[in-house]
Amino acid sequence: MKIRSILLAVGAGVLTAGSQMVLSEDDDHGKHSSKLFERTVDVARVDNAQYVKECGGCHFAYQPGLLPERSWRKVMSQLKDHFGDNAELPAATQEQMLTYLVANSAEHGNYRRSEKILRSISAKDVPDRITDTPYIRHQHNELPAKLVKGNDKVGSLSNCAACHTKADEGSFREGEIRIPGRGRWGD
Amino acid sequence: MKLSKLFAAGCSSLIFMSGASATALTDLLQQYQKQGAQQFDAQAGKTLWTHSFGVSSEGKDRRCATCHTEDLRQTGKHMKTGKSIEPLAPSVNTKRLTDVAEIEKWLKRNCEWTLGRECSAQEKGDFLSFISMQ
Repeated sequence: MKIRSILLAVGAGVLTAGSQMVLSEDDDHGKHSSKLFERTVDVARVDNAQYVKECGGCHFAYQPGLLPERSWRKVMSQLKDHFGDNAELPAATQEQMLTYLVANSAEHGNYRRSEKILRSISAKDVPDRITDTPYIRHQHNELPAKLVKGNDKVGSLSNCAACHTKADEGSFREGEIRIPGRGRWGD
Repeated sequence: MKLSKLFAAGCSSLIFMSGASATALTDLLQQYQKQGAQQFDAQAGKTLWTHSFGVSSEGKDRRCATCHTEDLRQTGKHMKTGKSIEPLAPSVNTKRLTDVAEIEKWLKRNCEWTLGRECSAQEKGDFLSFISMQ
């Protein structure tokens, strides 16, 4: 029994390593080989510990694939007034964060939601809020305010992980939604 | 045997932590004094900590305790995002006041939001003296 669980664990490890390999190969050699794996999440996961610390320290560590490059450039150029908060960073850290955001913005990879967000924004617009992009607005337009703003445990649409139980894995599927005080959405 | 080893390890890590904390703090306080600050006063830091500097556009009191609570040993809460903030008091959170860059980053951001401006060297030193005693 013990040996079997060890074997299972090793097997799972190999599988995980395998998918990571395909994903990392994709960075260098184009998109075709890993399409299958990439499609398993909606947006690319955050894989940068410094980003999690610097940005995720105060709010949900929004995946860079939730906004286009031009939006991230805008957000990062106005950290002095970051939606009402001062979020200034030392110059070197700010540069590192911008580099990460730009390299992984919605234009990159082959992720379902990133593509939808990107397509929904008109070329002349530079939204600096994810919740202001037409796709995200449209996806939430049936939600009554009492479940969001009027819900102590949610407060705002920007609080992704309050309802999207796999948000930190880059997955925002309807079946994974659990609204505090209400439960599943769509039932 | 095992217990005494554990105890020794615990003690040395405590000494290490407080040592690191003291260095970062001493360095910064010396820097502030070079910038013209006088003797630091933890009581003045406490007064600043509890003082309200007005009301934000969201209707929140612009004071340190709004996010960090009155008791620095408690876990705080970001007033906008609701994300929890680890206690500031070094007595319960040994990571606090151990990294000069982190201290400076947060003093800058939080003075800007709370006081509406950067803090002076004197104010920063007073704050740190107060926090370090918690």
